[in-house]
Amino acid sequence: MADNEGNGSKQGTKKKKADRWSAGVIPYAEMGYWLPDYEPKDSDVLCAFRITPQPGVPPEEAGAAVAGESSTATWTVVWTDRLTAHETYQAKCYKVDPVPNTEGQYIAYIAYNIDLFEEGSIANLTSSIIGNVFGFKALKALRLEDMRIPLHYVKTFQGPAHGIIMEREYLDKFGRPLLGATTKPKLGLSARNYGRVVYEALRGGLDFTKDDENINSQPFMRWRDRYLYSMEGVNKAIAATGEVKGHYLNVTAGTMEDMYERATFAKEVGTVIIMIDLTIGYTAIQSMAKFARANSLILHLHRAGHGTYTRQKNHGVNFRVIAKWMRLAGVDHIHAGTVVGKLEGDPNATAGYYDTCREMKQPINPVKGIFFDQDWGSMPGMMPVASGGIHAGQMGDLLHYLGEDVVLQFGGGTIGHPMGIAAGAEANRVALEAMIKARNEGRDYRKEAQDILKAAAKKCAALDTALATWGDISFNYESTDMPDVVETPTSV
Amino acid sequence: MSESPARIGFGMASPGRNAAGKGAAEEPAEEKKTLPPDARISLAEERAETGIDEVFNSLDAELVGLAPVKNRIREIAALLLVDRARSRFGLSTSRPNLHMSFTGSPGTGKTTVAMRMADMLHRLGYLRRGHLVSVTRDDLVGQYVGHTAPKTKEVLKRAMGGVLFIDEAYYLYRADNERDYGQESIEILLQVMENHREDLVVILAGYKDRMDSFFVSNPGMSSRIAHHIDFPDYTLDELEGIGKLMMQAEGYSFTPKAAKTFREYLDRRKGQPRFANARSVRNAIERARLRHASRMMTTDEAVGRDELTTLKPEDFLGSRVFAESTDETTTG
Amino acid sequence: MRITQGTFSFLPDLTDAEITAQIQYALDNKWPCSVEFTDDPHPRNVYWDMWGLPMFDLADAAGVLAEVNACRKAKPEHYIRLNAYNANYGKQTVALSFIVQRPSDEPGFRLDRQDAHDRTIHYTLHPYAADAPPGRRYNGQQ
Repeated sequence: MADNEGNGSKQGTKKKKADRWSAGVIPYAEMGYWLPDYEPKDSDVLCAFRITPQPGVPPEEAGAAVAGESSTATWTVVWTDRLTAHETYQAKCYKVDPVPNTEGQYIAYIAYNIDLFEEGSIANLTSSIIGNVFGFKALKALRLEDMRIPLHYVKTFQGPAHGIIMEREYLDKFGRPLLGATTKPKLGLSARNYGRVVYEALRGGLDFTKDDENINSQPFMRWRDRYLYSMEGVNKAIAATGEVKGHYLNVTAGTMEDMYERATFAKEVGTVIIMIDLTIGYTAIQSMAKFARANSLILHLHRAGHGTYTRQKNHGVNFRVIAKWMRLAGVDHIHAGTVVGKLEGDPNATAGYYDTCREMKQPINPVKGIFFDQDWGSMPGMMPVASGGIHAGQMGDLLHYLGEDVVLQFGGGTIGHPMGIAAGAEANRVALEAMIKARNEGRDYRKEAQDILKAAAKKCAALDTALATWGDISFNYESTDMPDVVETPTSV
Repeated sequence: MSESPARIGFGMASPGRNAAGKGAAEEPAEEKKTLPPDARISLAEERAETGIDEVFNSLDAELVGLAPVKNRIREIAALLLVDRARSRFGLSTSRPNLHMSFTGSPGTGKTTVAMRMADMLHRLGYLRRGHLVSVTRDDLVGQYVGHTAPKTKEVLKRAMGGVLFIDEAYYLYRADNERDYGQESIEILLQVMENHREDLVVILAGYKDRMDSFFVSNPGMSSRIAHHIDFPDYTLDELEGIGKLMMQAEGYSFTPKAAKTFREYLDRRKGQPRFANARSVRNAIERARLRHASRMMTTDEAVGRDELTTLKPEDFLGSRVFAESTDETTTG
Repeated sequence: MRITQGTFSFLPDLTDAEITAQIQYALDNKWPCSVEFTDDPHPRNVYWDMWGLPMFDLADAAGVLAEVNACRKAKPEHYIRLNAYNANYGKQTVALSFIVQRPSDEPGFRLDRQDAHDRTIHYTLHPYAADAPPGRRYNGQQ
């Protein structure tokens, strides 16, 4: 686009019709992709892109180019457009706002007609919206910040295989976050030793244990053996506690056939929950969501790999968009950040992700980075999962930031306990229940968190040891990605 | 709230807990210790702390007249304040009996006073919530065997923490039918009035004569009522005052002539059957508003603020009260 | 063996005062409460017997606690739990559920393993208490 005059955008809509169809290259804005007075329809898919145009490219033209490249346009005029109702199919960039305090970046709002997308297909939606356009030369960088999925389109998706309500009823666990732990070490344990960790953690008080994302079927432990030993651990723990428990059996594999085989076997050995990685791709995720609903399996998603495209502030796809796609695709659990743990997460942005997982309606909220009103209809929520560098001592903050409908996963914080895995699990459960009890009693649990935990630890040696071991370890790094709108805290 | 002696023994506390919601609980550690015999406490401060003067103020603002009733309430408040102070010195430990009977004609302010009473007892720490559950026989008594107990218990559970106000309580007892289910309800009420004194206050209300005979037939109930408060009928001046308050609240006023007509109306209405004091005043004003509105609609001239807010004599004179045959009853 | 179903099973048994505070939290959220009892602690035993209907429109916890105590008196050796329901659109499920009484002795569960094909095992959970007919479990008490 470097050879554009740079003033085309304002005149674009006024340009004479004959010129619009002359052969050659004309600015996107003049082809009808920049329509500042367009009023988005309720049924339009809306996107907010953060654009960083190349020098000399006006932001409206850059926005129009994104609209064009992600819908009907190609680099030159084609007469075949005139055989279509092209004005319907053209995406329309209807607003471009400069990003506060950031030179050279703009938020471009683009509306897409719902007919551009196949019903119930994340693959098709993403092939359009993030298909070609991210490599576009006219832009230095491009990031999809948020999307408004119209209710009409939402209704074409299955949505979570079970959702939060059904999961709680199925597990018979109410009024508190669920507790989990990832089996550690991630790699190298034999199947028999692996099942030991599962048993100890569940017997000690956790609701779930979890395969790690890269535990699939390696030479040191093949999938079938892992499933058998894990289920022995799960069932023994159920008998020891009288509670429903589960281990996320990762069914991620190289082909759909392998995944179906593993998931079918997981069902046969009686697990309540299976797991997949984001790396399997959107279509595979949707297939597994159908399988999970048809076979009464809760579906856990590990967002493996998302950091490669969600973390940079100026390029890629914001995680809140991935979360939206995954809710449509139909997973029941999704990792969504911890705020206080070792992984990236601004509190406000994370609150926005959690809303995206759980709420029925999300109003525009610049502080949380929500650009559009989103109506989920009655689509069930996903249980967000907080995992990575969290421990019992942070229970007050965790409850405050993440709320009640969440799985808190304490991997190291369980398995690293000096008195053993079961003691680590017990410490976490006691800390959690004490905090919920105090909150319900009307105490300022966040301020008094340490007192509450210490009081509970007097009656629980395991918690006492946990607090002594991890105390108030925290990870205070500056967040790399937060909403731009206001001054916000970046760490707790 | 935490100093209330009434709540010792209810003991909703766990260590470190503070009130869930409003005055839900206290922790033992915070309960005040018995004061030494030579200690001094300021009753004025205690009174200010509870904010019961706000209750008195709203009673004065909402209810015209009723001087004897208001005096009784102030007496009860004083008694309870002193009782709290005494308990601080370890002088009284048991919770005072606070069940009451409100007797008087309809429209004399019994329900309003009961609501303020609930508020006052809440502020003084004798009720945890201070809400009012108002019921009649139909809410308590069932129609077939086994129906009454659950009904009465459900009402009692709803009233816990507040005041259970039973209007026309004498209908619970039917002298002519000893197998009436009302008796079952009375027995459950008696039990709860005795065993759950700290959980709720029961106020029985109704006409004085009928209430008196109810107590005669039900000595158990009578003996559990600590305070009998009689609500006198309003005088003509008071009724007029009530009417003016109501009009003000609705944004209406009288012409001087209409004020006279209104007083005349009240004087006549008072002597007629089914007179319900303040309630009849309210009805009279509602009817006058209707007539006023019809009058407005029939005029062709433009109307202004004055016309829209001023009631004239004819707005009252249309009432049947001014019809010649005074034996004809009105529905007001 | 202590079964750990319910929201607060890892804490020492709640006192009446502590139970009252939890009930009040539920009532302040406009969640109706109900009392349920059972002598079959199997985790898949969803439908414990109802001690009366859920209690609607209550302001104060005392009424609910009275029902808990009435149930305890009638069923001294049963498990009793208190449930609170959130009827709001989008929830419409149990919001809080915790045990308020246990039998004096909890024998726990037997885990039966049935060998099946290719090293798979079918697991069956059997509460020892269920060896006796309902009503005669846990010290033979009703």
